[in-house]
Amino acid sequence: MSKNQTNKKDEIKEKAGTTLTSSKQKITALTGAHAVAEAMRQINPDVVAVFPITPQTEIMEQFAQYHADGIVDSEIIRTESEHSSMSCVVGASAAGARAMTATSSAGLAYMWEVVGIASGLRLPIVMPVVNRALSAPINIHCDHSDAMGCRDHGWIMLFCENAQEAYDATILAVKLAEHPEVMLPVMVCQDGFITSHAIQNIKVYDDKIVKNFVREYKPRKWLLNTDEPVTVGPLQLTDYYFESQKQRADAIFRAKEIYLEVGKEFSGITGKKHLLFESYMLDDAEAVVVVMSSTAGTTKAVIDKLRKEGRKVGLLKPILFRPFPYEEVSKALQGKKYIAVLDRSESYGANAPLYGEVKNAIYDLTNNKSENNKEMPKLKSYIFGLGGRDIFEDDIEKVFKDLINGNIEEKKVGYIGLRGEKVE
Amino acid sequence: MKEIFEIRIHGRGGQGAKTAAQFIAEAALEKGKFIQSFPEYGPERSGAPMKAFARISDKEIKTYAPVTNPDVVLVLDQTLVGTINITDGLAKEGILIVNTSNTQEWLKKKTNFSGNCITIDATKISLETIGINMPNTPMIGSLIKATNIVTLDAVENIIKKKFLKKIGEKATNANIEAIKRAFKETKK
Repeated sequence: MSKNQTNKKDEIKEKAGTTLTSSKQKITALTGAHAVAEAMRQINPDVVAVFPITPQTEIMEQFAQYHADGIVDSEIIRTESEHSSMSCVVGASAAGARAMTATSSAGLAYMWEVVGIASGLRLPIVMPVVNRALSAPINIHCDHSDAMGCRDHGWIMLFCENAQEAYDATILAVKLAEHPEVMLPVMVCQDGFITSHAIQNIKVYDDKIVKNFVREYKPRKWLLNTDEPVTVGPLQLTDYYFESQKQRADAIFRAKEIYLEVGKEFSGITGKKHLLFESYMLDDAEAVVVVMSSTAGTTKAVIDKLRKEGRKVGLLKPILFRPFPYEEVSKALQGKKYIAVLDRSESYGANAPLYGEVKNAIYDLTNNKSENNKEMPKLKSYIFGLGGRDIFEDDIEKVFKDLINGNIEEKKVGYIGLRGEKVE
Repeated sequence: MKEIFEIRIHGRGGQGAKTAAQFIAEAALEKGKFIQSFPEYGPERSGAPMKAFARISDKEIKTYAPVTNPDVVLVLDQTLVGTINITDGLAKEGILIVNTSNTQEWLKKKTNFSGNCITIDATKISLETIGINMPNTPMIGSLIKATNIVTLDAVENIIKKKFLKKIGEKATNANIEAIKRAFKETKK
């Protein structure tokens, strides 16, 4: 990028700083979607591809407003589909730009082909995803089946509980994606409507601080660099394709340590720890619920209540879902008597996505069985909230109580809030 | 009082239930409270019954479960009384505030609600102050009188912040006047 362009960007960011955030680290009220748009305003990407889909639309609406007001100078590309949106950001990122787009549900499904290209070409694109059910039947409400549909696509995936986490993660994701040891796209997920459209308290950091954290993107190799020409996306058949995939696999596992490293630096701004997963009252817990995103918040409220009654209950909330931190999760769950894994998506004909990972993780415990003389935890899979079906505190309380009372049939999947069937 | 104060607003699409919930929550935030406000999303049609919610607490609000046992229910449109179950989950010690020109006795009889029934003609107030039928802002005035959950000045600040640029000074002041008048006319 030329120096002139950089100066112009600085100028615009200064302007935003004086008009929008008066004091440092202001507590304000924003929806989860608006919070992500706010992070994008501060990041001020070079290229943003825009296509509406409920419930993501609110992010891009707000961002486009910032653009119309001259607060950001991103090149906005209004596409005719999500397949084109992802293609645009892939092209822009390969050319050397910092590029973002956002989507939900069918939009993510439609761009699926190019989603894999983004990670295959090792392009550090950041994409907020507002989780929504997939068709059919058509449904606009929250579940995680959209994101889970591309969990094997080589993207780093972060799941956020609330507006604050979504805002924080969007900023953190830029630095994680662009880290030379990573160079992979990142998906920042939050729950459609539940957090994306709910106004919550949120701490917005000073523009200068955020800008200083994400810095300017300086790609190592880029398509428009005529001094050092490169080929992006060549044909690789039986000769090199396999090696490329191994490199991608290595990179995403490396991303775990880099996430922690970047998180540590980010802590200096946020004042909190950015961990692989959140442990809530987990240390001495006998019965544990594992659940992601907004329902983890509801689970905390239930834990607070049950702890007052003297029940040893806790939560493990995965944040970094890809790469999945098997070792750390296994360690954190060691010695637990009962574990319920709550999935907000199905994996038809297989273990539910999160349950499958947790089950994989605790398999490690079998090796330690003799030395620690600990029994394997009893593990139970629950499905909840598909298509936005409400989940109440009472539902989670019942899960905990069934765990505590040993009232669980391990092999059978429990369905929470499903009509015509009692929770197992 | 419960740890989290919960408000449910019934209205029809276009009456500003979502905005009212947002203003109440943001006014509470101004006083350093923890807040949540969200509408119930369904088929979003103008005129269709809809609900919006606000949560206010001194402590961090962790739950994202739907509001099932509100402390207060606001009803922006009297045609919803008897049409939908507006007292659903509302405890005996809860408060029901309805925009209607009818009396408290009418409301008690219509709903069988034994708790605190409050009626206020927010439509009339809104017509006389703002000039159009927007009952959402005067209803906030009633809520404040009945509960003290937020302060008049905090709501006034929020209204100014949100409305000045959008609808101008005259209309903004009219909304503030509507809130103050409803506050005055509401009998606990």
